[in-house]
Amino acid sequence: MSTFESVAQAPFAPAASGVPRLLRRIITRPVAVGAIMVIVAIYMAGILAPLIAPHGFNETDLMHGNEGPSSAHLLGTDRLGHDLLSRSIWSAQTTVIISVATLINGGLIMGVSLGLLAGYRRGTTDFAIMRLGDIFHSVPTILLLLIINASLRDRVELWAEQISDFTGIGWIGESGMASYFLVFGTLSLFGWVGIARLVRSQVLALRESQYVISARASGASTGRILFRHLLPNVSNLLIVALTISLGGVAAAEVGLSFLGIGIQDRPTFGLMIAEAVGLQNVREHTHLILVPGAVIVALVLSFNLLGDQLTDILSPRRR
Amino acid sequence: MPSGLASYIIRRLAVIPLVLLVVSFVTFSLGRFAPSDYVELQAGPRAKPETIERIREDRGLNDPVYEQYVRYLGNFLTGDFGTSTKYRLPVEDVILPKLWITVQLNVVVVIISWLIALPIGTWAALRRGTWLDPLTIGLFLVPASIPVLVATPIIQWLLVVKLSLLPSGGWSDAEYFGIELGIFSKRAIMPVLIMAVPSIAGIARYMRTQVIDVLDQDFVRTAKAKGLAANVVVVRHVIRNAMLPIITLFGFELAALTAGSIFVETLLGIPGIGQFAFEAVNTRDYDVIMAVVMLGSVMFMTAMLIVDVAYGFIDPRVRLGEGLKE
Repeated sequence: MSTFESVAQAPFAPAASGVPRLLRRIITRPVAVGAIMVIVAIYMAGILAPLIAPHGFNETDLMHGNEGPSSAHLLGTDRLGHDLLSRSIWSAQTTVIISVATLINGGLIMGVSLGLLAGYRRGTTDFAIMRLGDIFHSVPTILLLLIINASLRDRVELWAEQISDFTGIGWIGESGMASYFLVFGTLSLFGWVGIARLVRSQVLALRESQYVISARASGASTGRILFRHLLPNVSNLLIVALTISLGGVAAAEVGLSFLGIGIQDRPTFGLMIAEAVGLQNVREHTHLILVPGAVIVALVLSFNLLGDQLTDILSPRRR
Repeated sequence: MPSGLASYIIRRLAVIPLVLLVVSFVTFSLGRFAPSDYVELQAGPRAKPETIERIREDRGLNDPVYEQYVRYLGNFLTGDFGTSTKYRLPVEDVILPKLWITVQLNVVVVIISWLIALPIGTWAALRRGTWLDPLTIGLFLVPASIPVLVATPIIQWLLVVKLSLLPSGGWSDAEYFGIELGIFSKRAIMPVLIMAVPSIAGIARYMRTQVIDVLDQDFVRTAKAKGLAANVVVVRHVIRNAMLPIITLFGFELAALTAGSIFVETLLGIPGIGQFAFEAVNTRDYDVIMAVVMLGSVMFMTAMLIVDVAYGFIDPRVRLGEGLKE
């Protein structure tokens, strides 16, 4: 959460610098471009997993378990002979799905809408939304994530099956699918507050500006004012905050999966780590931790670097 | 401080029970909503369904959830926090020793990180624009980007397997002056190291940007221009102003005390409160879960309140109490 606030403190960038201008500034910075390339590479690997992974995620090679890198398995295998390269690629897919779903659901739908509404309407709406945010902000997040995921798992699976039967959409009821809904749902539930606060603080500053007042005077609807007039003017700061939050979401997904309450029936980096720890593994099969570890560090580091660069670009004082 | 502060603190304190009420009800319902309960888990698969049903009836688990909640709340308010169904002991007797371990660990980590991070963050800021810049930025950014889950096994491999310097994990129950102080044993070195390094890097990184922000401001130029010695400017003007946003970070660290070290505790087999909370969720130890969540929330809100009040003391421009009406 603190990351959002540090962004919020950056001086407000004038509306003149739109998204295209932001992009033009980014491509002049090699560090930012490098970070974007790493992120895109990992995301593309995840999205294209069914096409590029050399082995299926449950394909085992029991004769070659716990082996180091070889020509058959470029990054080695785990205890059951899963190919680590393929497992990493499939894990990246899980991370991408959760990150994007959380970004859309928690960041854009909940965070932005509630923030816009709170800042624009003020009064009771503002009070209700922000106090709700305060409650989510004053509990130990990791503990609540633990409890929600552990308690609701079976119920959500049941619901998913029923919805699938009812609507005839097969994939909703597939095994493990419910855990995706649960994980991105809970991450969104705790993730929207930071974004909403950021958007609200910007809207509070903008709502009395000339163009908003004239839009209101010419009879524009609240929705139109919010999304056509106010949103474009907070988009730059929003992009920075959302970028930084993606690294955090990825780390949270890894943590939940590590504890065994994240995504089920699919490979995840958290699961790969859980299978790689323990003194014996660390002593004899060090490659087990190095493979998922390297990918996660690359991803989180790139998001942090990119976030730094974007903050630099947007805050005039540090330029 | 004016009386406005007192009323502000009272208003903030008054909110805490309200939030606790909401949080406790949600947590309580979630616990009861879980697919199986502790009776079933403890009885095992071979127990007769009638027996399980009888025990549930005896313990009131078949009553409507809101009745159970009201009963729990009544007990809670009279100082009865319930019983751990796993350990068959009063909740506070089970939680306090575990909490003590986590507190020792975190307090030492916080002290070490802040003592190291603030000076090096300031130092790095003062050398901004030199060849050292990319080096320090990288040095702060990389450790802060390595999740504990990845760092722990690798440090274990290095310090335990390769160099045989440290024991592999666990917690010492060494006592000094009749109190358990495992933090002074060799076993505590690794967890402290694993938690302190990213923390130092993160705080130093943040401190650096804050100091740089302050360095660019007019009053610093004035102070320099009127001939103050460089280190006086830094100590009296720069650091004091840069500390403001940093305090928020400190609040978050204090607040994370209850469950923040869950991964280190799980990986290194340290019987602290984070690991214990996870175990309680898995064994459906209802009263323990409730106690840990309430404790965590109280600590979180108290830490945030302390931060806000500290803000008012350090920066006279911050008028507490007026912010609420905004």
